[in-house]
Amino acid sequence: MLAFAIRRLIEAAFVMLTVALLSFVLFRFVGDPINQIVSQDASLEERIRLREDLGLNDPIPVQFGRFVWKAMNLDFGVSYQVKQPVITILMDRFPATLELAFAAALFAIAIGIPMGVYTGIHRHSMLSKWFLSISLIGISLPTFLIGILLIYVFAVKLGWLPSYGRGETVKIGFWKTGLLTWSGLKALILPAITLGLFQMTLITRLVRSEMLEVLRTDYIKFARARGLSNRAVYFGHALKNTLVPVVTIIGLQVGAIIAFAIITETVFQWPGMGLLFIKSVQTADIPVMSAYLLLVAFMFVVINFIVDLLYVAIDPRIRLAGSGAGH
Amino acid sequence: MNDSSAPKDVLDRSKPPRSRLARSLDSDIAASFLRSRVVVAAGIAAALMVLAAFGAPLLAPSNPYDLNSVNLLDANTPPVWHKDGDRRFLLGSDNQGRDILSTMLYGTRSSILIGLLAVAFALTLGVSLGLIAGYVGGRVDSVIMRVADVQLTFPAILTALLVDGVASVMFKNQSGGTTKFWILVFSIGLSYWVQYARTVRGVTLVERNKEYVQAARLIGMNQFSIMFRHVLPNVLSPVLVIATINLALAIITEATLSFLGVGLPPTTPSLGTMIGTGNEFLLSGDYWMVLFPGLTLAILVLSVNLLGDWLRDALNPKLR
Repeated sequence: MLAFAIRRLIEAAFVMLTVALLSFVLFRFVGDPINQIVSQDASLEERIRLREDLGLNDPIPVQFGRFVWKAMNLDFGVSYQVKQPVITILMDRFPATLELAFAAALFAIAIGIPMGVYTGIHRHSMLSKWFLSISLIGISLPTFLIGILLIYVFAVKLGWLPSYGRGETVKIGFWKTGLLTWSGLKALILPAITLGLFQMTLITRLVRSEMLEVLRTDYIKFARARGLSNRAVYFGHALKNTLVPVVTIIGLQVGAIIAFAIITETVFQWPGMGLLFIKSVQTADIPVMSAYLLLVAFMFVVINFIVDLLYVAIDPRIRLAGSGAGH
Repeated sequence: MNDSSAPKDVLDRSKPPRSRLARSLDSDIAASFLRSRVVVAAGIAAALMVLAAFGAPLLAPSNPYDLNSVNLLDANTPPVWHKDGDRRFLLGSDNQGRDILSTMLYGTRSSILIGLLAVAFALTLGVSLGLIAGYVGGRVDSVIMRVADVQLTFPAILTALLVDGVASVMFKNQSGGTTKFWILVFSIGLSYWVQYARTVRGVTLVERNKEYVQAARLIGMNQFSIMFRHVLPNVLSPVLVIATINLALAIITEATLSFLGVGLPPTTPSLGTMIGTGNEFLLSGDYWMVLFPGLTLAILVLSVNLLGDWLRDALNPKLR
């Protein structure tokens, strides 16, 4: 277990270094940092002095080391567009994205698992076929089209829910939350459904196939032979065993949710990190781009690491195999 | 389909040999294609869309590239069945007065072209790296596969966005449609190569120990031609399946990037850009600017997906 954890940690460090190198190259070589900082009519001497002050004349490995050190201290430089420290802007946006991702995951789990259980138990019912057809559409349609469709139906035609923004927010410490106001909760519904729909279909299909598998096993037959009620068989015995892969998938999907949040946030003008990233790509705001890249990579690495460990902890078969054979 | 006739054909020499077309229409794959009505419908839909898209210069009522024919006064015209519709704009016009139908035809063409080229790029890159990794093995193998593992941790859309962002910054001064076109092909292709590499590597590991490879080595063939002329044809069938399913993904990715405003520029027709522009007018009720391109994109992706699923089942004898 310890050896496995250490190997995974070394891999994680390797990934982070690669991403850091990428984002350093982006930061340092794509577009001259000096030109972005000084005004148009700065003299040549000023530029040379600034170049020396910023350490841009040092050997490249030294600069890279400094870049990594600063990043570890959460210093990502100053945004070209907003002229504020990047970390301030990111931290300002972070709660919005996290709340959206959390709501989307909740939606996916709360709807996906019951739907999967139902379609697994009543395999041939009409409702199951409907559920599966809907989930096929959920997988095939691009996220942004689903978002636009929802906006058109629920915001434009019916006028029930807002089509953009976060509604009113309440500030608790540095955390601006939209979960405590009525308008904030209403604004959260459509984006969360849009973002969670793909994960929901994934969970439905996974739970369904796991259910089908488990219901065929001997211990379920034995449970039935003991005269247990359907309810006890399905929920007490079968469901519990389907949840191991579901937990893993949900863990790994957290990363995907963060990536797809970029699209959802753009459709709904949700003031999160994804929208910030798209704006920074459009305006070539490189410090923001590279900081976002590092932050997302870091979240990915941490999540994957935890999921890997959880997986080994939950499923003893992997421990017996002794090797971390990827996913 | 008619198994009983096959041996007769071989024995009966008086009949002229059947043409390639006739034989392929009689094959298992054709039979499984015709068996499912959904797949036939998807095939017809996809074929019609490809034809319409590449016939765009002939079919389209107007040329959305030609700025002289576009008039701002025609902006936001509703489709022809509305009261204040205009006969020139069958499906309405967008916010710059361009005909939706024509822009859609040209846009579908760019979507399909970018999709195909991106898949071709991903396929070439992935298959080559997979072959090399599987055939050469050792350190080369572990380096290539490590990179693949790292990339697989990130969703493809994120990779595409990042590569696209970086490339766009690098080619900031050439913001024309053609540059962005190739940037998109490159960034989408680069985000989908891993699956090919992993599959091909797996198959190559099996193939390289087979007798024909040993025989080729014995007669002194060089490694390169063994890899690409003998092993490659044997690993292509799973690659074909991945490529079809990837085509749908590549089209979605292009549309998504264009929708987000980091793909094709607004002056170049693209389904994603059209949907993005239309989205801004949705609140004022101008639904046609989103509906028709959105529907086109959905049908295109769905039919390519269905064809991919069918191909996977048809080429995999285990599932029959």
